[in-house]
Amino acid sequence: MSFHFPANLRPWFKLPPLLATIFLLGGCLGDDDSWHGKDIQGLMPELAFELTGTSGETIRAVELDGQIRLLFFGFTSCPDVCPTTLQKLSQAIKAMPPEMQSQTLALFVSVDPKRDTPERLASYVEFFDKRIVGLTGDEPRLRELAKRYRTTFGYDEPDADGNYAVSHSSAVYVFDRDGKARLLIRPDLSADEIRQDLVALAGESS
Amino acid sequence: MSIIDYVAPYDFSALTVLSYMLVLAFYGYGVLRMPEGDRPGTGRVLTFVLGVMLCYGVMQTRFDYYSQYMFFVHRGQHLILHHLGPFLIALSNPLPVMRFWYDRISPGLKGALKPVGFVYRCLQQPLIASVLFVGLIYFWLWPPIHFDAMLSRNLYWIMNWSMLLDGLLFWWLIFDPRSPALSSALGYGKRMLILALVAIPQMILGATIVFSRGMVYDVYEVCGRAWPMEPATDQLIGGLLTWIPPAMMSILGILIILRRAMHEDGKYSTRSNPLKVTTS
Repeated sequence: MSFHFPANLRPWFKLPPLLATIFLLGGCLGDDDSWHGKDIQGLMPELAFELTGTSGETIRAVELDGQIRLLFFGFTSCPDVCPTTLQKLSQAIKAMPPEMQSQTLALFVSVDPKRDTPERLASYVEFFDKRIVGLTGDEPRLRELAKRYRTTFGYDEPDADGNYAVSHSSAVYVFDRDGKARLLIRPDLSADEIRQDLVALAGESS
Repeated sequence: MSIIDYVAPYDFSALTVLSYMLVLAFYGYGVLRMPEGDRPGTGRVLTFVLGVMLCYGVMQTRFDYYSQYMFFVHRGQHLILHHLGPFLIALSNPLPVMRFWYDRISPGLKGALKPVGFVYRCLQQPLIASVLFVGLIYFWLWPPIHFDAMLSRNLYWIMNWSMLLDGLLFWWLIFDPRSPALSSALGYGKRMLILALVAIPQMILGATIVFSRGMVYDVYEVCGRAWPMEPATDQLIGGLLTWIPPAMMSILGILIILRRAMHEDGKYSTRSNPLKVTTS
């Protein structure tokens, strides 16, 4: 058996183009610095759903076209993440110029349909802002929507009083007026940073 | 959840299911129809099927769901797609089956496959194969790339398929059943050298993840975990899976090659004239 490494150096010539490709790919996929949120353009499918609104009516994504939509999964018994996020979204939207506010809508999708009836959801979202719409549906439909946006939710075992925690995505998915997925807002963003992103988004497509 | 929910694909991919069915069908037909003398034994057939089914299992069952929402399960998925599955497939030596089919394809198709052969030979240059093997692991685990890959369905599929195909290429290069003394297959020394070399960057990467204090891969945080697990624990186990089993598989690979080299020692005379010991 021979232990000497190849005398031919041909492989070396193929290495630079390979590395260049990897770095180029990396450049294309990397974060865009002009947004506070994460640019997810092209990564996720356009907004599509058929869910139940707070008055029990069916709402489809296309009916809300023409507005910037912020999709957020949660549940009304949520102790921390949901109220904080909704509070932040509400602050961000209220701080936008008035004409832009009317074109921005936050969609709060409850993934806990057992406890969150449309009525309960209505009183919950109204507490935060009138630009927040409560939505829910049966579990298979919610699973389908969550899967579409590469997220999931799960239920903990109920305690003695029947209360249980629900694990869900902590991110907000932002869609532009045409329903294209544009930004992912991580939970560490401040209300002001969210406002700046929303204003920039509203400004670019009007 | 019923058994069917666990076995059924979470994210059904017709292309993936079809590919696996074709591989098994071609392999099975080849094994049954080939002359008795060429036919691989039961152990080899089982090893092959086990390797294929492991890869299928992590791609098209409930396992895939957990891989998407837990970092450590994702690392386990790649361990199988990039290491264990291809390791078993290559070790089972499906070369007789490939020869069986190659003899039966038309000359026209053989001509059409020429560019594939060229690309294959390029990718199997030892240096390129090693850089690709380690590079792909680093590429998909580079935090911004990893984030995007977990968000985009297309990228996710590209990631998993690229890992599987590269794993097959790499372990086939290592376990090529043809003796380097009789063919152009890579020498045993070089194979062992590659295995040792690729282990080092994998160990460094795994250890880096294990000893990171902050969250390196926050996509699982942002998109929700399959079940509530401490994020630090998830990352720690994921790091260990990146670090230890691949290193162990390199060592195992070296031992297998070493055994083969020892078996062949002196079996084939590689030079027409034996070397004389010269003293000056």
